[in-house]
Amino acid sequence: MTRILGLIAAFVALLATGSPFPAHAEVNISISCSSLGIELELCRDGANAWAKQTGNSVKLVPTPSDANERLALYQQLLAAGSADIDIFQIDVVWPGTLANHFIDLKPYIPADELNDHFDTLLANDTIAGKLVAIPFFVDAGLLYYRRDLLEKYGKQPPRDWAELTETAKSILAAEHASNGQLQGFVWQGRAYEGLACNGIEWVASFGGGSIVEADGTISINNPRAAASITLAKSWIGTISPEGVLNYAEEDARGVFQSGNAVFMRNWPYAWGLANAPDSPVKGKVGIAILPQGSGDGARHAAALGGQQLAVSKYSAHPKEAADLVRYLTGAAEQKRRAIKGSFNPTRKGLYGDQELLQALPFLKDFEAVLENAVARPSSVTGASYNRVSSEFVRAVHNTLAGQGTAEENLAGLEKMLQRMSRNGRR
Amino acid sequence: MAQQRSTAAHQRTQTAWLFLTPMLAALLFIAAWPLLRTIAFSFTDANLSDLSTWKFVGITNYSYLFEDPLWWRAVGNTLLFTFISVSLETALGMVIALTLDTHLPGRGLLRAAVLIPWAIPTVVSAKMWGWMLHDLYGVVNFLLLSVGLIDRPWAWLADPSLSMAAIIMVDVWKATPFMALLILAALQALPLEIYEAARVDGIHPVKVFLYVTLPLIRPALLVAVIFRGLDALRVFDIIYVLTGNNENTATMSVYARQQLVDFQDIGFGSAAATSLFVIVAIMAMIVITLGRVNISLGGGER
Repeated sequence: MTRILGLIAAFVALLATGSPFPAHAEVNISISCSSLGIELELCRDGANAWAKQTGNSVKLVPTPSDANERLALYQQLLAAGSADIDIFQIDVVWPGTLANHFIDLKPYIPADELNDHFDTLLANDTIAGKLVAIPFFVDAGLLYYRRDLLEKYGKQPPRDWAELTETAKSILAAEHASNGQLQGFVWQGRAYEGLACNGIEWVASFGGGSIVEADGTISINNPRAAASITLAKSWIGTISPEGVLNYAEEDARGVFQSGNAVFMRNWPYAWGLANAPDSPVKGKVGIAILPQGSGDGARHAAALGGQQLAVSKYSAHPKEAADLVRYLTGAAEQKRRAIKGSFNPTRKGLYGDQELLQALPFLKDFEAVLENAVARPSSVTGASYNRVSSEFVRAVHNTLAGQGTAEENLAGLEKMLQRMSRNGRR
Repeated sequence: MAQQRSTAAHQRTQTAWLFLTPMLAALLFIAAWPLLRTIAFSFTDANLSDLSTWKFVGITNYSYLFEDPLWWRAVGNTLLFTFISVSLETALGMVIALTLDTHLPGRGLLRAAVLIPWAIPTVVSAKMWGWMLHDLYGVVNFLLLSVGLIDRPWAWLADPSLSMAAIIMVDVWKATPFMALLILAALQALPLEIYEAARVDGIHPVKVFLYVTLPLIRPALLVAVIFRGLDALRVFDIIYVLTGNNENTATMSVYARQQLVDFQDIGFGSAAATSLFVIVAIMAMIVITLGRVNISLGGGER
């Protein structure tokens, strides 16, 4: 496999050097951007602006829109030591997995520029003292609600999960006659990374920690975590459809946007789509910070998401590549992306920007959401993150599907993680 | 004279080898090399993030694998999926082939239409079925609800007790045309005289089917079942698209992919892939041997 990829890489490199264009002093930087929605277009415009400014040229490499497929592709390219792509757009949970293949960006970017980024994001991108990626935009879980329905029944956006459950139940009961299809709360319950995000939000909102703590302690087997997952289990068949156990982001959005759900947990991208001209719920949607749990240590918790830019250590032009990363993650470019595509800036300075606040009214609340964001334990678990996350997802999904109680499944998960941390597999 | 002949034979052999060389080289490169490499990796702790450093770990990967209940779950899922889907596909394929073999008006068109599910790429049809089976806006629940067969929407792909059945249904929809086509080809190669003889003797059509048609098409049927069976044992796309890595439906291929790609564990994943290869090889041998025994028994009776 490696050999074949190496051959392909060599072939591509040969094609590139043998191109009919005469050699210039400029360098050509290739950057892989996600091609989800408007992302590719924004990335192209940004990279071209840099190219014009510096006299270099850029090449865009489109990648699969599914994050897992993108990671698989990156892993193959990087494992082959391919120099084809200089800059990789990576997910917030990948720095630990891919850190080996990226250069330390700290020497290339002035400290005052770096410090404008949210500390949680910088910490997330720092692996073993190496700054392997720069935050590009940030995501966090949000609660979407039907403003019209809540107003009709004189309800407020819920502050805690119990209130959400109550509100959803009473609206469902009242609306049952007119809309039998209506659901109370839709979220991401499929056995994939999305459930890891939903799950860690429940657990953290009850003060149950974040699976593996920053110091490496395995904290997941605790009564608060179990209580939060037991609560989520109680939604299924009452305020959430049974099918939610196979929902990803777009399934949940499909139900909510067609007017068939009161509440939805989703990422900020759904805001623009739910308010698009052809959306049946246009103008009827509100967003709020995700509800908090109950008991001691209850808090609001939103899973941290978002994308970063990293420079491959196999790149032939790391200096120019780092400069492009610096440009794309700079304040001006992040502001442009926020206005054009509602990609939330990773820079604290931009959250006070009047022009930006006018264009994106929810940005003001979003800062509070970010302050409460909970990161998945990808930095501390490093290369094992995918395994940890998949075991967590398995425990949560089994509980939700009625295969064992939360207590049993979390105890099993703890044992599994302990064995994993002692470098055993299972 | 003898000397000359053997030289000629020798030359012919040499020429044959010369012609065979490119083919053998290609086979070695695309089949044997990756297979051997996978087997070799399965005895190491190689990791996708750095393939240059690995060390030999003996059979550790295999002992972990055979201790893992999830692996055995995946083996069970694969065997269940293969057994039920191939049985249904064979039975339905036989019915469709027998129907298409008669002189229906417009059967050319019918034959082409039957092939459509097989012609659609699996990922596309699986995605399509995923939408049709969606619990809230899927057409399947809508139809069943509107004719009153079910009283509330069923979560086809989310409910652990339904998801495997739903996946088998989609696979049967997709692969039955393949079986029908192979059986139809066998049916059309049968001599008409024996059927005329049977008709003259006034034998019941069911008996004709059981004692004339079935034994005659058995070799072709066996080949079709082996093809489908081996294909079903390494099933991946349909399950990955419909339910992802969910352990209730994960097959051996899904398990191996998760280890290799998601967890970057080339060593352990290769052990899973090698075990999958061995299981498929054993199943193929069993089916072929059973088929041969049956054929020779049949010969003995005659």
